Formats: sequence, C-alpha cells, structure tokens
Amino acid sequence: MAKPLTRRHALRTGAAAAAASLLVTPVLATPDERAEAIRAFAGGAEIRDGRVKLDLPPLVENGNAAPLGVEVDSPMTDADHVRRIAVFNERNPQPNVVTAAFGPRSGRASLGTRIRLATSQRITAVAEMSDGTYWSASADVIVTLAACVEG
Amino acid sequence: MARALVNVPKRAHRGEVIEVKTLIAHPMETGYRPGPSGRILPRDIISRFTCTYGGEEVFSAELHPAVSANPYLAFTLEARESGPITLTWTGDNGFRQVETALIEVA
Repeated sequence: MAKPLTRRHALRTGAAAAAASLLVTPVLATPDERAEAIRAFAGGAEIRDGRVKLDLPPLVENGNAAPLGVEVDSPMTDADHVRRIAVFNERNPQPNVVTAAFGPRSGRASLGTRIRLATSQRITAVAEMSDGTYWSASADVIVTLAACVEG
Repeated sequence: MARALVNVPKRAHRGEVIEVKTLIAHPMETGYRPGPSGRILPRDIISRFTCTYGGEEVFSAELHPAVSANPYLAFTLEARESGPITLTWTGDNGFRQVETALIEVA
C-alpha cells in the first residue's frame, strides 16, 4: 500500500517547497506527523518507555507558555550519558518543540523550558542514550486558553 | 540587543552540578499568526542556542516555533574548572546574541 500523502510529504518535494510554504495556513499537525517526526529523530530505532521523566502540568491555563521539564535517569559519565532529548507535540502546526544536546559534562540530563500549546494534546519526550538506545515518556495536557494560531 | 537574563552561580565546588537558567526577550513569531492587517506574519524565531564552558560545547538546543515567546532554557553543568560560560542565541533575520557568565570553581 502506498504511503498516504500528507502536507509534510508534499512540502518535501523539492523546488515546490519554497513556493508552497508561502501559502501555509495554520493547519494543525496530526498524531501521524508526530509519529513520523519521532521516527526521524530515532532513525527508526526501537523506542522504549521509561527512564525519562516528563514534568508538565495536567491542566494549563495559558497555552502560550506552559512550563515543561524533562529529566532522564542516567549517570552522565563518559561511557554512559544522554546524547539528546527531543520534545514532540501532536496538535501544534509543527510536531517538533525542542531538541537539546547533552554530554558527560552536563552533570545531569535535565532540561527546562516553556512551550506553546495550540490545544489539549499529548506531549512526548524522547531521549537518545550514548549506547544508542531510545527511551520516552508521554503526558496528556488539557489547555483552557489556546496559544494563538488563528490570531 | 535583546534583554537577556542569565543565572549561573558565582562559585561552585569542583564536581558540583550547577544549574544554568537563561531567559531572553524575543517575540518567537511562529509564522502561523495573522498580524493586524490580516496577513500572516513571517516567522521570526530563535532557532539555536549553544553553551560553551572551558572552550567546549557542553549544551545546545534547536528551538522550534512551539517554544514560547521570550524563550526560557534551564539545564545543568558539572563544575570542572573556573572560567567563562558563553551562551549564544542565533535565529531568523540574522539574530545573534552572546552573553558570558564567570564561574569560580574551588
């Protein structure tokens, strides 16, 4: 079966991309796009649940700035550390939120930031370890005031 | 120059894990939002942040439009030697800002 053609695929088709991106309307991403973005991050490797702690309030009043914390259980030594942490959403216009790179000098694998949420949705954090394994955690969040996508 | 707040402890013991907190004034315009005229405002975001310590890149982040305006980033470092911690933000329309914090490690 052929892969369904999504807007993301369409935008990737070379020269048309530049012209097409000028016509982009705020169409919300789908969970499929999130899954694809996660697959691209992990390079198709298996992603297991665990080791990642995703700290996000279950109810967010203001979708323009929701506090987000990610912490990964790792000794952070030269031999065993977290290489990257990426955060994905499923219903903002783009599935990526932030991708951070760490090393043994980080001391702890922890990341704090504030994110926009266009609507209530599920957020996923994925961590890449130095041994090439991937771990993830997800959290559902309810948003009462959405981040402005429409204006 | 955008206003930036950087919070790094002035002193730390060797091997101690310190937290670096940064906040920079920036609209992080998503490129999906119409302006007062009804036309979509062009994207204007900070897309990359790096932190070097002891001449080595110890933390970096790729930011996307889903990061809030006035991006806040908090991360940790292991204090190994005294020296400058250099933070660099770069983004659309040639945005670039560098801030430095000094840490004394005993």
